[in-house]
Amino acid sequence: MKPPPFAYECPTEVADAVALLAAHGADARPLAGGQSLVPLLNFRLARPAVLVDLNRITALGQIAVENGALRIGAMARQAAVEADPDVGRGWPLLTEAIGHIAHPQIRNRGTIGGSLAHNDPAAELPAVMLALDTEMTARGSKGTRTIQAQDFCAGTMETALAPDELLTEIRIPALPEGTGWGFREAARRQGDFALIAVAVLLRPSGAGGIDARVVVTGTGEGPVRMRGAEVVLTERGTEGDACEVAGNAAAEASEPADDPHAPAWYRQRLVAALTQRACRDAAMRLGR
Amino acid sequence: MTTRLIGEPVERREDERLLTGRARFIDDVHLSDMLHAAVLRSPHAKARFTRIDARAALALPGVQAVITHEDLGAANMPMPLLNEDPGFIHPRTHRALAPGQVRFVGEAVALVVADSRYLAEDALDLIEVDYAPGAAAVDLVAAAAPGGPLVHDDTDSNVACRTADNTGDIESAFAAADFVLREELRPERGAAQPMETRGVVARYDASLDTITIWDTTQAPVSARGVIADKLGLSEAAVTVIAPDVGGGFGVKIFLVYPEELLIPFAARLLDRPVKWIEDRREHFIGSNHERLMVHRIEVAATRDGRILGIKDRFLYDSGAYCPYGPINAQCAQAILPGPYKIPAVHTEYEAVYTNTPVVSPYRGAGQPHGNFVTEAAMNHVARALGLDAAEIRRRNLVRPEDCPWDSGRIFQGNTPFIHRDSDYPLQLAKAVDALDYAGVKRGQPAEREQGIFRGAGIAFFVEGTGISPYEGVEVRVEPTGHVHVATGFPSQGQGHHTTLTQIVAETLAVAPEQVVVESGRSDRFAWGVGTFASRAAVVGGSAALGAAKAVRAKALDLASEELEVAPEDLVLADGAVHVKGAPQMAVTLAALAYAANPINTLQAGAEPGLRAADYYRSPDGAIASGVHGAVVVVDIATGMVEIETYVVVHDCGVMINPTIVEGQILGGTAQGIGGAFYEKLRFDEDGQPLVTTFMDYLIPTAMEIPPIEIHHMESRCSLNPLGVKGVGEGGAIPAAAAFAGAVEDALEPFGATVRAVPLDPPAILAMIEGRAES
Repeated sequence: MKPPPFAYECPTEVADAVALLAAHGADARPLAGGQSLVPLLNFRLARPAVLVDLNRITALGQIAVENGALRIGAMARQAAVEADPDVGRGWPLLTEAIGHIAHPQIRNRGTIGGSLAHNDPAAELPAVMLALDTEMTARGSKGTRTIQAQDFCAGTMETALAPDELLTEIRIPALPEGTGWGFREAARRQGDFALIAVAVLLRPSGAGGIDARVVVTGTGEGPVRMRGAEVVLTERGTEGDACEVAGNAAAEASEPADDPHAPAWYRQRLVAALTQRACRDAAMRLGR
Repeated sequence: MTTRLIGEPVERREDERLLTGRARFIDDVHLSDMLHAAVLRSPHAKARFTRIDARAALALPGVQAVITHEDLGAANMPMPLLNEDPGFIHPRTHRALAPGQVRFVGEAVALVVADSRYLAEDALDLIEVDYAPGAAAVDLVAAAAPGGPLVHDDTDSNVACRTADNTGDIESAFAAADFVLREELRPERGAAQPMETRGVVARYDASLDTITIWDTTQAPVSARGVIADKLGLSEAAVTVIAPDVGGGFGVKIFLVYPEELLIPFAARLLDRPVKWIEDRREHFIGSNHERLMVHRIEVAATRDGRILGIKDRFLYDSGAYCPYGPINAQCAQAILPGPYKIPAVHTEYEAVYTNTPVVSPYRGAGQPHGNFVTEAAMNHVARALGLDAAEIRRRNLVRPEDCPWDSGRIFQGNTPFIHRDSDYPLQLAKAVDALDYAGVKRGQPAEREQGIFRGAGIAFFVEGTGISPYEGVEVRVEPTGHVHVATGFPSQGQGHHTTLTQIVAETLAVAPEQVVVESGRSDRFAWGVGTFASRAAVVGGSAALGAAKAVRAKALDLASEELEVAPEDLVLADGAVHVKGAPQMAVTLAALAYAANPINTLQAGAEPGLRAADYYRSPDGAIASGVHGAVVVVDIATGMVEIETYVVVHDCGVMINPTIVEGQILGGTAQGIGGAFYEKLRFDEDGQPLVTTFMDYLIPTAMEIPPIEIHHMESRCSLNPLGVKGVGEGGAIPAAAAFAGAVEDALEPFGATVRAVPLDPPAILAMIEGRAES
């Protein structure tokens, strides 16, 4: 469990990092918090020729609220975002979800951008970003572009980022006053990747209506919007058995596969149960 | 004044070093000019090969050697067979390097030695072996049946050993039964995961033709014997040192692992020190496993819940070789009747080869398996008869007035399993009370109406401890006033240096700070065997007491001459011997030690030194016992389980140090909970391991282990001078059964029956939904 040889670069500017990525193409890998990449190196499952260490690029570490939107630099540590009072007030779903990422020691090193760019199919952050309509900013040798969360995840450990592109920042829009939210996760142990995690956002949309967002992760290829469940909540609200019906709709729409941790049927049960519970949590917070 | 130390919760002497980073674990051994090794391991569960092409690896700068079976010569003869069993059909032991045939994924094929571990691993990638894979025997039940792939081609069956044991008249028991329970129970495969993996460092001294080996072994004295024999050296030329070792749990006692031979071999070959540190993936595939058995039982009972007899036919997965003998099966069958008066017991087992890593004891050594079988059966018989799970146990317990009660079973070390010095009914009463068992039961109807599924489970354990062989301890008072204590059995974190200090310091009336303990170094003390089977306190502690008492007698004799006072008028206190009632008439132990070494006047036949060694073996071992109780709440929508309450009532006899006892119980129980709900090794049908990381092998963390409430009962053991019974494994033994019982109780409305551990949430949800278990 020692990595094969690699070259090591540690630029201090984003432009230099991008230039290194452009120069080495697919042979280079950016190193953020290292909480996933370093084990992959040690198992020799990843064999990059060049590691581009981003940890000295101080410009990527900021957390700021601008015009109501939350901007987080890609190298902001998960623990820093978790502890940020503005994040807790304006985007409590994000704070809650980060608490489910591994353990504090790992969150002290792990970064927002690293987790998103790694895109583990059971990771919390990609699911939450999808629920929150996040915009990702990527910088490459051809310039800067914005990628919507729904376009960012491109399958298991795949993203829309090109080999020479660096995720530099995410931007999360403000949530309307009174937005209800819920986050539920089932894992075998505290801190494990989710067997299933569900993020629910209920945005008030005038005249007592709600705009629902239901995102499930852990079923296979990453976060999935459960539009059937969203329709149930948007049309019926959260009274009566609406949350249960929404949960069942999500379960029906999910397509997990058997894996060593759980059979497919079990994950479907979790989708139903956790979606229902996350909807109820969101309903309780709605309008407060 | 003699200060009482035995029984006191004195602080562990080891902890300051351990907690301030001054311990020396195996990877802290740094020698100048040292090389680093990596092991090439088989990627196939079964394959033959004829050629190992290491040319590309040897061409890599910094690679010093690639050692294969052909290089080892006589050193590669099969390893010794421990624990003979009368039922052996074809015992097969492993070799250091596979000679042309591999039998499990992870088996050692070659050793690379290089300037760094990084380079050594680079070289592994470059070695080509012309494997011709064959069909593997993986599933235990299938491997036991005739006609399938053979693990050893020179045999006609994978059954390594077939043994039966009878107590009482089993046929009459079943003839008299009102009810017979029949079922299959499976403790699944797991493995010990000490925080520190294994490791070996060896240094060859060409001038003296001697080898010093730092080794994470639990048995340095025994390892020395095997290594010296294989290398063709005198035992005197081989020193094995077990440094600070970060957890053993059984997996670090094996005679010997390939690396324990390969690393000294390489050090001698290259005349440079060599280090090998096992990584976690290697630990999953190259170190021994445990647990998997399939028990088919029949239990004969009367209508009122008296167990008349048990028949248990079981398969024991031995892995690819059987060098340890079927020791776990022996222990499982010995422990089967538990603390119950069961008149007739019939057990028979087959130890079966499979193309998987070797199986050897892990904390409890087969006792968790046997315990799970009996305790699960108790629960299931109770339910079938409409009895309470605590009540059926109460009706069958061996009572103090029955003791000594010979169960008729023979435990490891040829030890008769005879109950004595314990009060099982009182243990049960305390556990039921501490758990609020009745309260949980009373609350269930109303809670279930609200969708809350809470349940209570209890499980007894009786644990064979203190078994043969002997251990020895030497105690020597130095003219400096220090008391040197040396023994062969090493510590893997148990706090032996503290408990041995307590015994010796109290006996000699010296301050604990004056005592210096050395253990696990074959150059300091090379008699005895090692640390296993909850026996260090019973066997080693008794030897320490004997040696210290002998030294005390010598000190009294010497002081008697010095002070011209009869020995019976003398007492030891504060590091000196003084006249009773006249503390000013005294001579220090240091002065006596000096006087005991009369360099110019030693008499013929006399031995110098204020010292003694004692050796202790307990022919009847000892039995520790207790009850675990758990209250759990099951989420019936997800199958997730929360342990609300966990209670341990236990009796390990005299507690030399209650803090250390509690540490053993907490750690053992955590491992037991791991085996109940988390830890499981899996293989695919070709024998490829599916679990080789801590992402997949789920060790419970501090977040998963509930607060554990411990109730001590301290009945002195009548079989050894310290009155101790051993406490190392008891925590791990009954946890699975207690947990399973609690889950069954919580899910009683669904008719849930637990027949395999570890449970997992899908299995629990399957029980709730009445699905066939996955």
